Amino acid sequence: MPRTEHYLSIDAANPRHTERALADLRDGLSQWRLALALARLDLRNRYRGSVLGPLWMSLSSLIMLIGLGLLYGALFKLKLSEYLPHLAVSLIVWQWIAGFINDSCATLTSAEGVIRQMRLPYTLHALRVAFRNALVAAHSLLLVPIVLLIFRQVPGPEAFLAIPGLLLICINMVAGGLLLGMICARFRDIPPIVANAVQLAFFVSPILWKPELLGDAMVWMAFNPFYALLETVRGPLLEGGGPPLAWLAAIFYTAVHVVLAGFLFMRFRSRIAFWV
Amino acid sequence: MARICAEGLRIEFPLYHFGARSMKKRLLGAASRRVKADAQNRVVVSALSDLSFTIESGERVALVGHNGAGKSTLLRTLAGIYEPVGGRLTVEGEIGSLIDPAAGMDMLSTGRENIRLRALYRGLNAEETAALEAEAGEFSGLDEFLDVPIHGYSAGMSIRLAFALATAVQPQILLMDEWFSAGDADFMAKAETRLEQLIKASEILVIATHDMNVVKRWCNRVIRLEAGRILGDAPL
Repeated sequence: MPRTEHYLSIDAANPRHTERALADLRDGLSQWRLALALARLDLRNRYRGSVLGPLWMSLSSLIMLIGLGLLYGALFKLKLSEYLPHLAVSLIVWQWIAGFINDSCATLTSAEGVIRQMRLPYTLHALRVAFRNALVAAHSLLLVPIVLLIFRQVPGPEAFLAIPGLLLICINMVAGGLLLGMICARFRDIPPIVANAVQLAFFVSPILWKPELLGDAMVWMAFNPFYALLETVRGPLLEGGGPPLAWLAAIFYTAVHVVLAGFLFMRFRSRIAFWV
Repeated sequence: MARICAEGLRIEFPLYHFGARSMKKRLLGAASRRVKADAQNRVVVSALSDLSFTIESGERVALVGHNGAGKSTLLRTLAGIYEPVGGRLTVEGEIGSLIDPAAGMDMLSTGRENIRLRALYRGLNAEETAALEAEAGEFSGLDEFLDVPIHGYSAGMSIRLAFALATAVQPQILLMDEWFSAGDADFMAKAETRLEQLIKASEILVIATHDMNVVKRWCNRVIRLEAGRILGDAPL
């Protein structure tokens, strides 16, 4: 039987939203081992009986990369050595983000069975989805160093800046898991809207195309949160660090995202069990 | 000392995904006691209304009532799963819930993997995990089936594993939904002994049941629920 805290006190007149949301976050993060184990189980079950297993993820990224790289490289009249490294980093990070966003809509609804039976921190479910998608992405991210090596575009020490970039993405994923998970549990029309928005975002973000193509209009890109997040990983790996504006924007968007998710989580955490 | 105290406890289930006006009218139109509109004009089912009781250490409480009376909801509320929209609830003591013993099991994992997963759910360390593995493996009597994915188990085997896992820890407050009855006669005898130990060692038992034999045998207080309200609360 699930063991829970030794003292439970809930007073509807004094709900202590903030305190209890923070306790949920703390407990959830401290149970990261469980979240990781569940994420690994999810992947194992998804590829059960498959010969290549999770390597399918690397393979499908590779095929996409070659296909899109040849076609769009020719359309943009760019040399493959210029275009493919850009596409590799952008596409793989994008697939990670996009896959996560679509997956995060079901953060809480897919955990319905557990939520109704056991008292667990909701943060745990967000962490599970974040881990699951990070594991998927890790299989494809392996392609990035390979592509960089093939085209002899080995970055300098500034490449380590990609680590805070990846960290920003991860923070966004824990926040997004809770935010989208809650909104989609309450309003069941949101997941298809999200799926459409993600598809649109793919074309309006510099993934297939390089942001330089915009010329003077490039400054407007800062209004695209996906551009900012992509640039914090792509910049360090390909462009010697990435534009400061993109970094500022990425930090700003992450902060807004975390505050928004935190606010909704504090306000509605106690309702989640009734929504799923 | 374990203690449960509820004052004016109220739980309402919102019916979010029935937006249609006519539905609302029809539900609210009939002079119903349990489907009503809340302050924000949403249709809600009143699952528990205005429950007040105190359960002290040593009490063995049976929750009785018809289907839909709110027994399971009350258990889940005591377990901290549903949060009340009104009233106050204090639960002092370590809670163990046997509401759905199979919750959190992964059908595609082996019995052994499920034991380890359960250990993670409970936050056990390596030592305690090994102990749980040995204990639950032994008690369930699954032998070589421990290394078979549980979706290949018979119904009896799954229940044996679930039961072994669920009852491996001694809580102060034991919440149970219905008495277990499954598995072969041999296992039933073993399970009964284990449940008896668990109940005797717990400070508070709250069990939702229809079975008057269970009530007579184990309980010293009966709370009768009807339509989400306490209809009677008396020692036995």
